[in-house]
Amino acid sequence: MGKRFVSIWFRHLTADWMIRRHPELKDTPFVVVTSERGRMVVKAVSAPAQDKGIALEMVVADCRAILPELQVFNEEQGKVEKLLTALAEWCIRFTPVAAVDMPDGLLLDVSGCAHLWGGEQPYLKDIITRISAFGYHIRAAMADTVGAAWAIARYGMASPIIESRGQMDALMPLPPAALRLEPGIVQRLEKLGLYDIRSFIHMPRRALRRRFGDQLLSRLDQALGQEIEVLDPVVPLQPYQERLPSLDPIRTAGGIEVALRQLLVTLCLRLTKEEKGIRKCDFKGFRIDGNIQQIGIGTVRASRNVAHLFKLFEIKIPQLEPALGFELFVLDATTVEDVFAEQETFWHHSEHNDLAIAELLDKVAGKVGLHTISRYLPDEHYWPERSFRLAVSLAEKPVTTWRTDLPRPIHVLRDPEPIVVTVPIPDYPPMLFIYKSKLHNITNADGPERIEQEWWLNEGLQRDYYCVEDESGARYWIFRAGHYGIDDPQWFIHGFFV
Amino acid sequence: MTPLLTKTDIIKQLQKVIISMQGGAMSGNSQRLITGLGPIEQAFPNRSFPTGAIHELISHTREDAAPTNGFIAGLLSPLMRKDGICLWVSNKRTIFPPALKLMGIEPDKVIFIDLTKPKDVLWVIEEGLKCNAVAAVVGELQELSFTESRRLQLAVEESRVTGFIHRHQPRSENAVACVARWKITSLPGITTGGLPGVGHPRWNIQLAKARNGKPGMWQVEWADNSFRFISRNIALPEIQTLKAG
Repeated sequence: MGKRFVSIWFRHLTADWMIRRHPELKDTPFVVVTSERGRMVVKAVSAPAQDKGIALEMVVADCRAILPELQVFNEEQGKVEKLLTALAEWCIRFTPVAAVDMPDGLLLDVSGCAHLWGGEQPYLKDIITRISAFGYHIRAAMADTVGAAWAIARYGMASPIIESRGQMDALMPLPPAALRLEPGIVQRLEKLGLYDIRSFIHMPRRALRRRFGDQLLSRLDQALGQEIEVLDPVVPLQPYQERLPSLDPIRTAGGIEVALRQLLVTLCLRLTKEEKGIRKCDFKGFRIDGNIQQIGIGTVRASRNVAHLFKLFEIKIPQLEPALGFELFVLDATTVEDVFAEQETFWHHSEHNDLAIAELLDKVAGKVGLHTISRYLPDEHYWPERSFRLAVSLAEKPVTTWRTDLPRPIHVLRDPEPIVVTVPIPDYPPMLFIYKSKLHNITNADGPERIEQEWWLNEGLQRDYYCVEDESGARYWIFRAGHYGIDDPQWFIHGFFV
Repeated sequence: MTPLLTKTDIIKQLQKVIISMQGGAMSGNSQRLITGLGPIEQAFPNRSFPTGAIHELISHTREDAAPTNGFIAGLLSPLMRKDGICLWVSNKRTIFPPALKLMGIEPDKVIFIDLTKPKDVLWVIEEGLKCNAVAAVVGELQELSFTESRRLQLAVEESRVTGFIHRHQPRSENAVACVARWKITSLPGITTGGLPGVGHPRWNIQLAKARNGKPGMWQVEWADNSFRFISRNIALPEIQTLKAG
């Protein structure tokens, strides 16, 4: 059976996607631009803008001169490839082999697929109507070769379906650009008056190679089917999911444990092959009365250790209500991360200790929640509340050092509490202060240490911190917010020193 | 002479056996992790600070809670020196992580677990103590019953992890199965040469109970990441005059 290919051309891929996202842009002229050699160059044009004469590769300043009301958006890095990959994955409904054709198309190997839709005509029509329904402006064509399908989709004037072995005739009237040539070669061909493929296709190959290089010949051969072209199809991600139906409804904890363990073993086997580990996982039980019971776990570090994962689930098994029994169990790893044999280590610990600690924390998180566990890293801010930040993972290492040059109290109140003070001279530490209706006479004091608000983060008064000691030797961190004279200064207690 | 020597030796050996049966630090030199405590070490059996055991610390006021946690941090720093990590479990945490660096600990090696229920705090402390990958576990909570403390003690006997239980404002100072009970209060700092400022922090360390040891009281200054003992003869009168005046 001969090969058949479909080429799909998205005429305004990015622009159509923008309209899909923001329907209010439908009738407004807009362009999507990216910076190229210091200029803002148009990469996608909406249909209304195109009608006004704006084309691809124009500079934004020129476009604005033509159309002052033009809206300009910046292009996201790699957006096109992401979009096309998603569309290619969606196209797997039509054929198992779908490939991305950068920068604006898809290629489908549809050999032996069309009869399922009742012929090539309804098949192609279905593809076009379904993708157009999303709002994309597309052209599609079917032919024996990738090259011919590509050419007809972009430059074809007549029928989009080229009969088997009919590509030669179909290509004849098309311009040389339809052969996927470099712009330089196309320019040279046109300079010589070769405006369509017909005018040079029968020229001696030696002459063509000498003047235009190997590319022209190989593209011609690919379009005519004399050279094989290989597609690089997208491979959709298989969900990390395992199912286990049971013959009889399972009602006991023991039975559920057996099912869970069996599912974990098969899932972890696959994860081991793919060097991945579970971060989040759900275990679902489908009851015979239609109800779905579910328990979930999370780990602080990707794991594929059956015993460990089982232990995490084990605590939650009593939450499942079997009622009349479960007929199907599904284990679904919702978040999966790479695990390498040489895992990065926390600090300088041995691998064994890291694992033990990660498993301990998983156990804690499983019982009381992951939000209760925190680890802190230094942050480069003077403002005390901002001088440290939460670490995102257990493996994250500090990028700056912890400061030791400034006195900091070991206990800090979550919110500074107001105190009443007696101050002899402005900018001097107080003589005494009253906190929780108890009088503290200050014997020694250090300070002030002025800390200003970081204006780019927060507006507010600066703080003058003092470390003061009362007669009993207890040390407090107190501060005054604001200046004397200008503001009405307030005094607060913020912490307790060792 | 010979039989007499053997007799004392036998008694010493028996004492060691008893200590180990009671879950105390049965340590050779290899297990002597915390050093530099001078006179405090003398108060314990075998003349070494017991690690792999549970210490109980009691504070009654907010002002005392800070030096108590400071003392714990000071003890943790030698325990965590060999890249160890530590769990800090509490239900009302007020610790300011950057300040731990001033006590000689890398704050990013401390994992804080904040819980609301005292029951959960105890559960996490016990799980932490069972895991011999952690260097130490600090637990902050109000009440600790004898049974609960016994459970924790059994956990550390297996794993040899050191535990510190800081009880803030407990309703009663009930008997617990911990190896020692400490009370730390602050002392007025002394600056040299009439310089302004507050000077190094000074604490009054009271060892209220010590299993098979001698309770005592010491005055200590925390300077340059180590404990410095202040001679009792000089320090005591000063406090008394200050209190009188």
